[in-house]
Amino acid sequence: MNPNRELSHHTLVALVENRAGVLARVTDLIARRGYNIISLAVAPTNDDSLSRITIVVDVEKAPLEQIVKQLFKLINVIEIAELAPADAITRELVLATVEFTPENAAALDDVLARAAGHVLVQERTETSLTVSAGGSSAQIDALGAALSVFSVVHFQRTGQVALPKLGQSVPIMRAR
Amino acid sequence: MTAPERLNGAEALIKSLEMEGVEVVFGYPGGAILPVYDPLLDGKLRHVLVRHEQGAGHMAEGYAHATGRPGVCIVTSGPAATNIVTPLADAMLDSVPMVCITGQVSLGAIGTDAFQECDTTGITRSITKHNYLVTRAQDIPGVVREAFHIATTGRPGPVLIDIPKDLVDANNPDSYFDFDWPEVPELPGYRPVLTPRDDVVTEAVDLMLAARRPVLYVGGGVLKARGANVVLELAEMLGIPVVTTLMARGAFPDDHELCLGMPGMHGQFTAITAIQECDLLVAMGSRFDDRVTGKVATFAPDAKVIHVDIDPAEHGKVRLPQVAVAGDCRIVMELMVEEIKQRGPEAQADIAPWRQKVSGWQEKYPLTYKQSAPGEGLKPQYVVERLRDLSPADTIVCSGVGQHQMFASQYWKFNYPYTWINSGGLGTMGFAVPAAVGAKVGMPDRTVWAIDGDGCFQMTAQELITASIERIPIKVAIMNNGNLGMVRQWQQLFYDERYSEVELGQDLPNYVQWAQSMGCVAFRVEETSEVDEIIERANAINDRPVVVEFRLVEEENVYPMVSAGASNSDVIVDPSQQAALEAERAAKATDQSSDGFPTSIADTHQNASS
Ligand SMILES: Cc1ncc(C[n+]2csc(CCOP(=O)(O)OP(=O)(O)O)c2C)c(N)n1
Ligand SMILES: [Mg+2]
Repeated sequence: MNPNRELSHHTLVALVENRAGVLARVTDLIARRGYNIISLAVAPTNDDSLSRITIVVDVEKAPLEQIVKQLFKLINVIEIAELAPADAITRELVLATVEFTPENAAALDDVLARAAGHVLVQERTETSLTVSAGGSSAQIDALGAALSVFSVVHFQRTGQVALPKLGQSVPIMRAR
Repeated sequence: MTAPERLNGAEALIKSLEMEGVEVVFGYPGGAILPVYDPLLDGKLRHVLVRHEQGAGHMAEGYAHATGRPGVCIVTSGPAATNIVTPLADAMLDSVPMVCITGQVSLGAIGTDAFQECDTTGITRSITKHNYLVTRAQDIPGVVREAFHIATTGRPGPVLIDIPKDLVDANNPDSYFDFDWPEVPELPGYRPVLTPRDDVVTEAVDLMLAARRPVLYVGGGVLKARGANVVLELAEMLGIPVVTTLMARGAFPDDHELCLGMPGMHGQFTAITAIQECDLLVAMGSRFDDRVTGKVATFAPDAKVIHVDIDPAEHGKVRLPQVAVAGDCRIVMELMVEEIKQRGPEAQADIAPWRQKVSGWQEKYPLTYKQSAPGEGLKPQYVVERLRDLSPADTIVCSGVGQHQMFASQYWKFNYPYTWINSGGLGTMGFAVPAAVGAKVGMPDRTVWAIDGDGCFQMTAQELITASIERIPIKVAIMNNGNLGMVRQWQQLFYDERYSEVELGQDLPNYVQWAQSMGCVAFRVEETSEVDEIIERANAINDRPVVVEFRLVEEENVYPMVSAGASNSDVIVDPSQQAALEAERAAKATDQSSDGFPTSIADTHQNASS
């Protein structure tokens, strides 16, 4: 499933203080309104006193605005913006382990070759392999679909990260 | 430079509170907070020992409401922390500046289901403006500083500081550090906007000057901004009618000719109707609470909205404003006044016909009630009127939640800011007595009356023991109707008079004996003829708390009333006025339908009453 395909899916990016409990504050605020978080990616930025959180949520436009304002009110949230898919570069990473047989190994290799631009084989035995793949959420979706005819043991996505496209001015709520 | 003082966490906490200018804390000791109670003995802080932690929280709120300074409470971990959850939620919804310190089990024990452990920061996350779990003793001064800063600036609110026991334990060498009082913190994610953008103020003023049927809808934000004087100036300058919400009673004098009273579910007819018919609603620190708007879709249907609020998240939360002004209400109003002055009096549209229309409503549909016959029990409205007229003009009134709260808000004349203290957002029964104690601690020279329900009183009455022992001479009027009156009213109107679990009975407890046993002077009033004398006697006592039980009629409904989910245009008035109102509405409906005007307001009314 493509997280951006649904109209009610929205990507929020927040710059937050890198402190205990901040993520819980952010997710709590969304959860207590009954909205589902589709994906969540969080890690420190190049300045390790700050973290960036990317959240894909399933919320209609009107409540979303209210959620963004409420998130911005959190003391530890420094910046927050909603990124429209057209205005953003989005990337996800997946690690997938797939089992294969002598009969379908060639077909699997074929799938991997076609996705060669963004798939890397990390490990391989005679019966299974683990690949990493980075790309847009749509590309990861497509890879998932292509692999589904094999025996997929793990398909672990990181959740999407996103940045505004260069030259794109995105309305950002900022405390400073 | 003097050498830094070497303190342990507990001493540093007390010192930090003193540095913040705290004079009084409301609290209750216990295991995890014990180390903090030891240096308390040596410091300058006054500690008020409550009888239940909920009391400490509401006292801190009452203190903050009355003084504008942050209320502070200190309690232990686990059950004490959960006991103070209600006041925190209350302070959150009513934007009350408050700092709550809770003890926590030692750092190493957190997460082990230790004795009296609970996840205090987790539990209170959504009911505090911010909270902290301190993990190093030397962080205490900085955290205290931040907490007070956050609690008192921007949109005020409660901040909780959870402190593990080992960080304040004098026997723990790691809890000692060189005390350093930090500067007001730089918080990268917290910059409340106080001064609005010039262009939005201009836009707002344009609308205000052009409006022909404006209403100024004043909310609690005006009080938080200490803006009562400017509201008066602004309103008089424009001649704009003013409504004050339940949180803003007293922000504009009730006796002023421009004051229409309280809007909303049990507001005054004129306040409700003026909003429904206005062409411009200037929301000043108010938040379009559902108790004010009734059915949102039909609220102020013809109005453009200017929404001034320090919290931009309020803009468009309920109603999309034409002009959203983010800023401190006082600063915004000062800028408005300046700009209106510059434009000159000719710049304003004629609102005289509107003012006339509004006065017409006031004359036709004032608050009214029928006095009771002798032997019937007292009318709550009458009791409030007599309390009002026999007490000093600047008396501080605290209330519980229920019918008595609405009668108090309706019938008292609030002519001074910070004289009305109640639980508006959370609607916390049991708020009145402890809030009154807190208010009296903050304003010892003022008369403080708690106007409380019999149901509410039974929830937190034990704080009268605190009041007696600490010599905090508050006065409590128990509006004893023997019922959970407000719930009863709903069951009568919306559940076919099927009364389910609302009868308390008037005789048990014996309120007079109970109050006396708690060290209060106590009276019971049963006859209308006795009311004045007893109130005067109560007002004359100033060395002890006084409790007056007023025996009310058991059934008395609060009017006006907008039924839950109904449109404000369908407000029901006192039974003695309702027939006239319905006739007027019917006439208007035929009038409008023959003109081809929309009949929606009248239509909905007919549906509702059929
Ligand atoms: C803690 C709490 N529990 C329940 C309610 C629901 N409630 C609202 S008003 C009310 C009745 C209050 O009774 P009383 O204090 O006697 O006041 P009255 O309406 O009779 O004046 C109740 C139960 C509440 N607001 N708060
Ligand atoms: Mg009652």
